[in-house]
Amino acid sequence: MTTRTIKVDYLARVEGEGAFKVVVRDGAVRSAELKIFEPPRFFESFLRGRAAIEAPDLTARICGICPVAYQMSAVHAIEDAFGITVDGPIRALRRLIYCGEWIESHALHVYMLHAPDFLGYDGAIDMARDHAEAVRRGLMLKKAGNAIVALIGGREIHPVNIRVGGFYRVPRRRELDPLAEELKRARDLALETVRWVAGFDFPDSERDYAFVALRHPHEYPFNEGRIVSNRGLDIPVSDFDRHFREMQVARSTALHSRMADGSSYLVGPLARYALNFDRLSPPAQEAARESGLGPVCSNPYRGIIVRAVEILHACDEALRIIADYAEPDRPHVAVEPRPGIGHGATEAPRGLLFHRYEIDGDGLITAARIVPPTAQNQASIEEDLAGHVGGFLDLPKTELQHKCEQTIRNYDPCISCATHFLKLRIDRE
Amino acid sequence: MTPTPRKPRLAVWKFASCDGCQLSLLDCEDELLDIAAAIDIAYFPEAARGVIRGRYDLSLVEGSVTTAHDAERIRDIRARSRVLVTIGACATAGGIQALRNFADVRDYAAAVYPDPAHIDTLATSTPIADHVPVDFELRGCPVSKRQLVETIAAHLAGRRPVVPAHSVCIECKLRGLTCVMVARGTPCLGPVTQAGCGAICPAHDRGCYGCFGPMETPNAAALAERARELGLGQDELRRAFRSFNAAAPAFREESERHDDQNDQG
Repeated sequence: MTTRTIKVDYLARVEGEGAFKVVVRDGAVRSAELKIFEPPRFFESFLRGRAAIEAPDLTARICGICPVAYQMSAVHAIEDAFGITVDGPIRALRRLIYCGEWIESHALHVYMLHAPDFLGYDGAIDMARDHAEAVRRGLMLKKAGNAIVALIGGREIHPVNIRVGGFYRVPRRRELDPLAEELKRARDLALETVRWVAGFDFPDSERDYAFVALRHPHEYPFNEGRIVSNRGLDIPVSDFDRHFREMQVARSTALHSRMADGSSYLVGPLARYALNFDRLSPPAQEAARESGLGPVCSNPYRGIIVRAVEILHACDEALRIIADYAEPDRPHVAVEPRPGIGHGATEAPRGLLFHRYEIDGDGLITAARIVPPTAQNQASIEEDLAGHVGGFLDLPKTELQHKCEQTIRNYDPCISCATHFLKLRIDRE
Repeated sequence: MTPTPRKPRLAVWKFASCDGCQLSLLDCEDELLDIAAAIDIAYFPEAARGVIRGRYDLSLVEGSVTTAHDAERIRDIRARSRVLVTIGACATAGGIQALRNFADVRDYAAAVYPDPAHIDTLATSTPIADHVPVDFELRGCPVSKRQLVETIAAHLAGRRPVVPAHSVCIECKLRGLTCVMVARGTPCLGPVTQAGCGAICPAHDRGCYGCFGPMETPNAAALAERARELGLGQDELRRAFRSFNAAAPAFREESERHDDQNDQG
């Protein structure tokens, strides 16, 4: 009997601290584990006793890559508890800042974290020696996304302008004009991005995913919609707990999410795209078709094309919002705290991000629950690792390791987010 | 022919954090390729797989120490770094996760996990400088990109970074902003908070929330008294000083003055 272990103790080009281990015995994969050893930070614990209106500023600190997503899920959950509805230009500005985060986060992943796998480099800076133009294009796109977040939010990372009820200050019409100019250029770069990544070599690797994402009556989803799947699920956000559950796994500081029947599911760009292709901007749909994508993509490697298509959609949507923008009379609606339970789910760049808060009569949080996208995808990532490795066992060790790493990076895991805020013992061999 | 001098080696390390401060380096879209041309990015796992082992000329450290393993790891990093700079509120003050320092970490773990028995975490979150000597601390949650580039450039040139320790009030005046506290009665931590952000909160019609931590000589008690006159209660005052830099001494002491048993209001 021969046992072979393939492992990497510190995964590169992902956000946060993770490792993986695949055990192969007699030519068959016995186990595949994505280990998360990011130290816990206990957000759900220290939120208890804090004012509900502090949640957007506090939960932003879960992730430096997608703080807007945390702020958006937090404000929607708390507004749900307070019985507040935000519409008109304030609602549109929330979509606009989310466009900025998608562009920034997707451009980071496509160009700096993922493309080097396809082209055979250690990282984007290394890649820039031979592909300077592409790397510059990626940086310009990322900068355009960050410009939106900084203009609406005050700064790129941990924006200060988002609050329960809306914003502290809304931009003047004329402040948005220079942004529109930058976004028109970014739109062209996004289209070039779709074409560039569509030319990469992709392994044949179709998976039968249970896709889960928000779906909205008219829009490609950011902040609102029902939670739907390609297996017939169609529920309001407030029913999340009845259909999904989190489990503690001894090797990981992240809790794993599964559907109520124990099966794995996938959130993120592939899921959003498959469930909302008809809501993409027409140019984004056309770019997807041109690149050879159907209305459903089940190949995780091709996720890089789907991200590029979503960048294009976000540029289109941002330009549309700016063109229609009329300055509201007030930057936020009136906020009257009241006791209750609130649920919020929005589409972070990496997928569905669920928040639930219980709030008391003083407006203080008594219980908080946060379910980030990477925790939900962890079971799928491990299944992929187990499934893929079997086909590559003849490769030399370093190449096999790299294949495993690439399999994980297909999902753009954000381990800082997923760490559900506790460190467990790690079995280091 | 004289050999080309070796480029300085940069390493970027992560402890307990959100990754935002090291992301600030990748957010320097206009400067990143120039920085990469001037230095060897020898260790930066968020950005690249390649690792150059050995010693580093400049180590940037993000995050706080929250595990026994990390307390050991920072000693090894210090020993292999000529210059060690900590970046951000986690590394310089313990970060938001230092809220555990005011509670029982076992209760914290039990609230999140069905089986907290596996916990391997310290009772406190502490800044890097509590564990090893640090050459320079760059503040902020997150750090300012401009100050980060200045810090890297200064260390490559062998000079002190130009990073003022005065308050956010100075930045407000430089921007010509109207004082939100004087003009509108909005409580603001600007008078006791170190500059660096560019006074973005007052610029967005809200009071500063102290994410760059205490300025060099803060009078937090006087500010708290003024905020109380403006209507903040004891709990609000405690929470105001107890956030991203809760364990920074000046903010910790002020928040503790507003704990139930200590409040003089």
